[in-house]
Order: sequence, then C-alpha cells, then structure tokens
Amino acid sequence: MFRLMGKDLRILSRSRLLVLTLILYPALVALLIGLALSRPPEQPKIAIVNNIPRDVPVTTLAGSTIDPAAVGDALAKNLDAVPVATRAEAAKLVKNGDVLAAVILPDDINDRLSATINLFGGTPPEIEVLVNGSDPVKARYVKSVVDARIADANLAISTKLTKVVASYLTKLLKGGAFTFGPIHIDVLGLQESRKRINEAVRRLPEGSAQRKRLQAVAEFAGLAVDNLDGSANGIVSAVSQPLVAKTTSVDGHNTPLATFAVATAAIISLMLVALMLGAALLALERTEHTYARLVRGLVRPEELVGSKLLLAGGLGAVVSFALLGIVSLFVPLDWGSAQSWLLALLLGGAAFAALGIALAVLARDVETATLLAFALALPLAFLALVPQNAVSAGLYDVIRVISACFPFKPALEGLQRGLEGDKLAGPALHLLGLTAVYAVAARLGLRRLRT
Amino acid sequence: MCADAHAGESETDEPQVILRATAVRKSFGSRVAVSDVGLELRRGEALAIIGPNGAGKTTLLEILAGAQRADSGTVERPKSGVGWVPQRLSLYTRLTVLENLRLFAQLEKVPAPADAVRRMLALTGLEERAGDPVSTLSGGNRQRVNVAIGLLSDPAVLLLDEPSAALDPRQRARFWSVVDRVLAARRAVIFTTHDVAEAARHATRLLVLADGEQLFAGPAADLVAQSGTAPGADLETSVVSFLQASGH
Repeated sequence: MFRLMGKDLRILSRSRLLVLTLILYPALVALLIGLALSRPPEQPKIAIVNNIPRDVPVTTLAGSTIDPAAVGDALAKNLDAVPVATRAEAAKLVKNGDVLAAVILPDDINDRLSATINLFGGTPPEIEVLVNGSDPVKARYVKSVVDARIADANLAISTKLTKVVASYLTKLLKGGAFTFGPIHIDVLGLQESRKRINEAVRRLPEGSAQRKRLQAVAEFAGLAVDNLDGSANGIVSAVSQPLVAKTTSVDGHNTPLATFAVATAAIISLMLVALMLGAALLALERTEHTYARLVRGLVRPEELVGSKLLLAGGLGAVVSFALLGIVSLFVPLDWGSAQSWLLALLLGGAAFAALGIALAVLARDVETATLLAFALALPLAFLALVPQNAVSAGLYDVIRVISACFPFKPALEGLQRGLEGDKLAGPALHLLGLTAVYAVAARLGLRRLRT
Repeated sequence: MCADAHAGESETDEPQVILRATAVRKSFGSRVAVSDVGLELRRGEALAIIGPNGAGKTTLLEILAGAQRADSGTVERPKSGVGWVPQRLSLYTRLTVLENLRLFAQLEKVPAPADAVRRMLALTGLEERAGDPVSTLSGGNRQRVNVAIGLLSDPAVLLLDEPSAALDPRQRARFWSVVDRVLAARRAVIFTTHDVAEAARHATRLLVLADGEQLFAGPAADLVAQSGTAPGADLETSVVSFLQASGH
C-alpha cells in the first residue's frame, strides 16, 4: 500500500502546476480569510442631502433642546457620508454605484418634529432613502445599514423625549412651570396639593360628608405622590427602551463568527483537495490501463482503495492544516487544541477522499471523475450551509438528510468543535461511517475500472 | 467451474508442458467470448493466437494471465508465474522507465529488484533511456518497457496481446528481437496478432479462434493444408479460406 502511495506521490510531484496549486491555494485562501476577519469592515459610503436649514430654531421642550439639524449629524455617524446638494445629484451617484445609497433629509423636519413632540398632531418627519435596485443583495444590505442609522437617530430623540417626560412627571409631583411653545402654565404639584387638601380636611368637622369626600381626594393624591416619587425617571426610561436582548445558545455551542468562517474555509479546501485527488488518483489507474495489471495478484483491490484514500485524505488534511496555520497569524486560534483540528481534518479528509474514489469508480476516467467531483462539491457545501428557518421546515428536513449523506456538514462541525477544544465524538463517528460506506461502494464497483 | 493450478516443470530433452488450459469457457452476459478452448505450451515454444476481431483472443489471453476468471475449465500455470503484456500500454507515463520497472519489481516481490530491473533494461536495450519519463518515449520504446514489466519476475511463459500493433516496421523488428531473446532463454511465448505473416514468422504453432470457438491448433503448414487453397498460397490467404470454410 505504501509503495502505491509513494508512486502516486511521485506522479503528483511531477505536475508542477498541481504542486504549486497545493502550496499556493491554502496560502492565498488563508491570507484572504485572515485579512477579511482581522480588518474591520469599511464604513458604508452614503450620500446625504441635508435640506434642513442651518439657522432653523431649535425645538425647546421643558428646558431641553432638540436640534433638528443634529438629526443629519446623527445619521452620518458610523457612515462614510458624502454631502450632496440635491436629490438629483444623489440619485446619479447611487445609480453609478459611487455610493451605496442616499439619504434625503426634508427641509420641514423642524416643523414636523416640533408638532410630533408637542403632541399637536400631523405626520412625523419623513426621511427618503435612495437605493440601487439592480443588485438585490446590496439593496438589502443598504436598507439594513440605513434602518440601523435611522433607529440610532430615533433613539437619540426618544432619549431626549424621555428626559422631557420625566421632567414633566417631576413637575407634576413637585410643581413648576410648563412651556408649550408660547403657552406657559404654572402647576401646583401633587405634593403641595396633598398638603393643602390635608390642611382643608383638618379644618372640616369630624364626620361631615364634605370632609369624607375631601379625604378621598387626599388619599388619591397621597397614592399618586407615593408611586411617582422617585420612580418616575425609571418608569419612563423603561418605556423608552422596553426590550433588551440577551442571547443564549441552547445547543451548547456558541461559535464565534470568525471561528465559523475559518472552519468553513478550511473544510472547503479539504473538500476540494481530498475529493478531487481521490477521484483523480483512482481514475488514473484506468486511464493508464494499469488497474488490470495491478489487481492481477500484485495488489489487493482493498489495498488500492486504501492507498488512494490515505493519500488523498492525508494531503487534503495537510493543506487545510497549513491553511489554519496561516490564518492563525491573523485570527487568534487555540494551538493547544491543534491535535483536535488535525484529527477532525484527517477524518474529514478520509470521508471526502472515499467519496472521490466512489465517484472515480462511477466516472472511470480522470477528466469525468474530477469534473463530477467538482460539480458535486459546491452544491453540497452550499446545502450544508443553508441555515435553519432560511427555507421551509419540510425543505430544510430534506436538506438535512442530503447533507447527512455527504461529509461536508459533519466535517465542518468536527472542525468547529476541534477549534473550540470540544469533543469530536459525534462528527467523528458520522465521518467514519460515511468513509466506510463510500469505501465499500467503491470496492464493490471497482471491476468497472477493468475495461 | 474454473480451477487454476501449477503445471509441472522439468529440464528434460523433451520439453514438458508448462502451461495448460482445458475446456476454458467465458461469457459476458449472453455473449460467449471463449467457448471450450484448450491448449498446451512447452518451453521454447511460441504460440500465435489469430482470428478476426471479437474472436476472443484478448479474453483468452487475460484468462491465461489470471487477469480474468473463466466461467469453467482449468488453467495450469508454471510455478514461476506468467508474464502478461496487455494490449494497451499498462504503465505510468509520468514516471521514468526506471521508476516503472522498480515499482513493478517491488510489487511483484522479485527477490532482487535492482538486478531484475538492470536485466530488463539490458534485455530491452533501454539503459540509456532509463531516466526518461515514459511519456517522452516513442511507441516502440514504450512497448519495450511494457514487455520488460511483464518479464520482471522472470516468468516461464510470456503472454503478449497484439504487441506490435502500434509499431512501425523498424520498431517491430527491434521488438521481435527482444522476444527472440526471451525464447532463447527457454521461456515460452503466446501472442495474439492480426498480422498472419508475423504469426508465421515468429510462432512455432497457431491457434485460430473465431466467435470464441477454437477452430484450429497446430503448425502453420497443417493449416495451409487444411484450408484447401492452391499449392504455394500464402498463409493469410489460407487463413481467410479456412475461416470461410468453417462458416466465419
């Protein structure tokens, strides 16, 4: 078996292009992934047409000010904002792809914002967003970016409003002056009201009907004072941001995105190398007409399958391990669990190689076998990466069954666990099972290589 | 039922049978490829198997080589084994001549692989091309490497399947000089060919197959005599006439 492996290794080494690919491929992929994961994403480039007059009076509410012009500044935060004078100019930039989108702030934002805040009615300020609809993926990304920025601006305004409302409640409790535009109102406050009612109650005769009625008012005032005193700010703050998300992973794995991306890249490399080498190495024996000569007593068919499986799977694992090594220069990986990575890669490599060998038996010649392997590899990887709830439940069940029949998903899960230092038992057994099934299928169909 | 066994070997004046096939039969589905074929081969003999396309020549040779199992019949081979040179070149074109010979010598478990490889390079006259990749060799030289691989284990019998089909006359002459050296070393050779003149030149006996059936086995002169052709007719004319007379 080792003589056959040595022979195959020598044949592989004779192809400079293949050797170069095997060395450069992991290096380049690792470099790309490393750079992509280690550098923060650039700020999205958005054109902003700010029609809000700079000299517009600020909206004042209970001593708190909301500057409508600052809304534009809030929107531009965390964006690469490109100031543009007109809507037409902005539309042109979006159409040409110079910016991802354009945001147009209306000139009546102050009036509408004041009306909304002072509860005078009318529609809230409307911000127009221009996107390029020719690329649905980009349009979706832009929408999420702009929505997030608008949510930030809304939150900034609502935080100020929360303070205003809290100050209103304090004034209701302790008394003070309210200002609604030009109107000024002085209020007594619940604490002072209760005090004065209690004084009036004490002056009324015991048991009189008037005293009883006034006592009911005093009790209500006391209740209001007790519940509003000290808790007004807390209540209003809770209303301004009532929901807080806390994420908990229920299956025990909370894989960071970087680890998932690294594992996916390594498994795709493993798949391409092991699957295609497995297919090519076995099909080569038929293309060179050596199969019949070998199995005529020189080599047992099981040895032939085993040698291809070990070499293709092993080379795939080495290439992917090298890829992880280079990625670790950019993304921190725990080298303490490197043995687990290697084990996961070896098991995955064996399963992919066995599948490639089975495909070689099916296709028989090198060109068809490698083409079949490549054509099968990409959809399988795609299917294995379809997230739950991205498709209907029934379709997802079908995808799960298909993915379970091929090595990509268990190999990915195994490597993720390896990278996180977890146990590999489940994925390892799955991969061993698949390797055995494919290897037996290849062995049974090996006679096809005779002719 | 098919049984493989070892034929006896001894060094007496009357060469013993070193390869014997009895009532060998092989079918592929409903198509009978070889039907009740029997033959015997002695040291120093060269047997040519001739017949039209689809006659079963390659299948019979593969059965004799052990590359295919017969459905029924027996094949007795010499203890030293049978060297087989398939119709198509069966070697690794990206490896050098030396690497191919060394690999197959190791896989054949030849006792002294390096010596065997050196011997084969000398026999085939390929010493100077030993370091060249097979892909750079001419068709004739590739065929010589193919034959050398078949002879690595020093077998008593060499089976050659249409060995000169792709060779030009000069390459063919070189190739047969190698086979002559094999025969001179008291080995036996069975070869298939479409070239009746070549069969007449290099074979001591002929075996004629058609549609899997064995129609004739014996010296070429007997075939000419049985064919009913006019005196002085060449072997090719006689074979064609013989096949027609046999209903093929």
